Amino acid sequence: MKYLCLIYEDETFWAKTPKPELDAIMSDYRAFGTTYKASGNVLGGNALQPTTTATTVRVRNGKMSTTDGPFAETREQLGGYYMLEAKDLNEAIQIAAKIPGAKTGSVEVRPIMEIPSSVLSESAESVLSA
Amino acid sequence: MPDPEVDDASTQARDAVERVFRTESRRVLATLIRLLGDFDLAEEALHDAFAAAVQQWPEKGVPANPRAWLVSAGRFKAVDQARRRAKHDAGRDAIVDAFDLRNTPPPDVDDESLDDDWLRLIFTCCHPALSDDARIALTLREVCDLTTEQVARAFLSTPPTIAQRIVRAKAKIRDAGIPYAIPTRADMPERLDAVLHVLYLVFSEGYSATSGDAVVRSDLTREAIRLARLLLDLMPDEGEIRGLLALMLLHDSRRETRTTAQGDLVLLADQDRRLWDHGEIEEGLALVRQALRAPRYGSYAVQAAIAALHAQAPTAAETDWSEIAGLYDVLLEIDASPVVELNRAVAIAMRDGAAAGLTLVDAIVARGALENYHLAHAARADLLARLGQRDGAVSAYERALALASQAPERRFIERRIGELRGCGDAAVRDIGSVTPRTTDPFLQRGSRDRGR
Repeated sequence: MKYLCLIYEDETFWAKTPKPELDAIMSDYRAFGTTYKASGNVLGGNALQPTTTATTVRVRNGKMSTTDGPFAETREQLGGYYMLEAKDLNEAIQIAAKIPGAKTGSVEVRPIMEIPSSVLSESAESVLSA
Repeated sequence: MPDPEVDDASTQARDAVERVFRTESRRVLATLIRLLGDFDLAEEALHDAFAAAVQQWPEKGVPANPRAWLVSAGRFKAVDQARRRAKHDAGRDAIVDAFDLRNTPPPDVDDESLDDDWLRLIFTCCHPALSDDARIALTLREVCDLTTEQVARAFLSTPPTIAQRIVRAKAKIRDAGIPYAIPTRADMPERLDAVLHVLYLVFSEGYSATSGDAVVRSDLTREAIRLARLLLDLMPDEGEIRGLLALMLLHDSRRETRTTAQGDLVLLADQDRRLWDHGEIEEGLALVRQALRAPRYGSYAVQAAIAALHAQAPTAAETDWSEIAGLYDVLLEIDASPVVELNRAVAIAMRDGAAAGLTLVDAIVARGALENYHLAHAARADLLARLGQRDGAVSAYERALALASQAPERRFIERRIGELRGCGDAAVRDIGSVTPRTTDPFLQRGSRDRGR
């Protein structure tokens, strides 16, 4: 199964943590990536720029609106993610626990919804016939 | 005219089905879930299998291995069902899978694999990815075979609420990929802790209902003890199962003496110790000794050791409070929580006097940690009464009353307020001194209840 691991942490953490500590965390991330890419568990992942760079887009009644933010009202913000391939939730939890961010923030493990191929091909057909 | 012998045989066969249903249905279910990969399919197959047994056993006799027979029957019924549905609705993955079942070799149904399936079932129902409420409902429904109505009654909820909770939990098991598996050795401590936590919560709710009219709901305490026994039987090396079983037995031994015939609370110090269940106490004491001898013991074993000291004291006055205070220190190191601190403070009050205890309780309450915990205020009130401070005691009891929701506890507090108001100043101290206590020391519920 595929799982998305969403890493939430206090984004001010990076600004207020001394450099040697940050370097250690970065090297932990590199080690995590190397190990679990090699094992085939990490399919991909990225760190995100802070929420100050975020833009929210909505379309209502055909009209698009763009707003700045969202700005965090909660203590922890989405800071990065990994896409995992794991046998089951137990394995996904074990790997998520190894993400360095789990020590300072928290990791949300979400199963990817498997959409049956028959549904996909049906919609493909309806697109083609439209 | 019916042949009396045949009639007799069919009655026997019917009795056998009933007996097997009572003792085996959950184990057969556990195996069917593994074979069919789905809780609901397995539940359906289980009912079909027993229906087949009711039909066939009177004619053909009770099979040599009823469990294995039921598993096979359930599996074939499920395949049959899938085939019939497939005629209407071809192309669904689940049904293709079910078809494949027919081509797989007959399932492994020796006793060992059935025991493993039972463990798979309980570890899945108690998976830490499910909420406490979901784990409790699922465990009582699937592992203990309580009906949805019974679970609802036990937790003062409604059957639709409980049913929905169970449906959601099953959906999460399926969609999040919670495996039907016994945890690996590395996972075991956390996973076993989650199972024991569920048993503990079920027992706590049975032993000291959070609200409602009765103090004890013995169906829940009985189920929790039964499951702990089964678990210990299958995992004899796990010390904390032993500790928890001991803890539950030692508290359960006081079951009959904790309330009056009218349903009013009787404090530990006032209970008639002759009426405690000495069989349970003996069993509990033996288990505590074994648990504490293990190289690594946990919070349940220490809590059980505290309960053991109460169980062994011939009278309340002869309780070894010094040892109990020491055990609370150990417990604080393993599993620190304000509730444990409160209990330690009460033990110290018994050892060193009410003033020493009050200083500690005041400090805990001042921190705001147990601001809304009625027993913290009741303990404060009791200590104030023992120091002769009537007004302070009354207002602390009033605070406790405002927070208490269990009817017998409320009546107890009201009675205490009445006694304090109705007596002269000199007698306040007496009222305090005849009640050296908090309520029963099974107070740790808050300490492990963080998730609720």
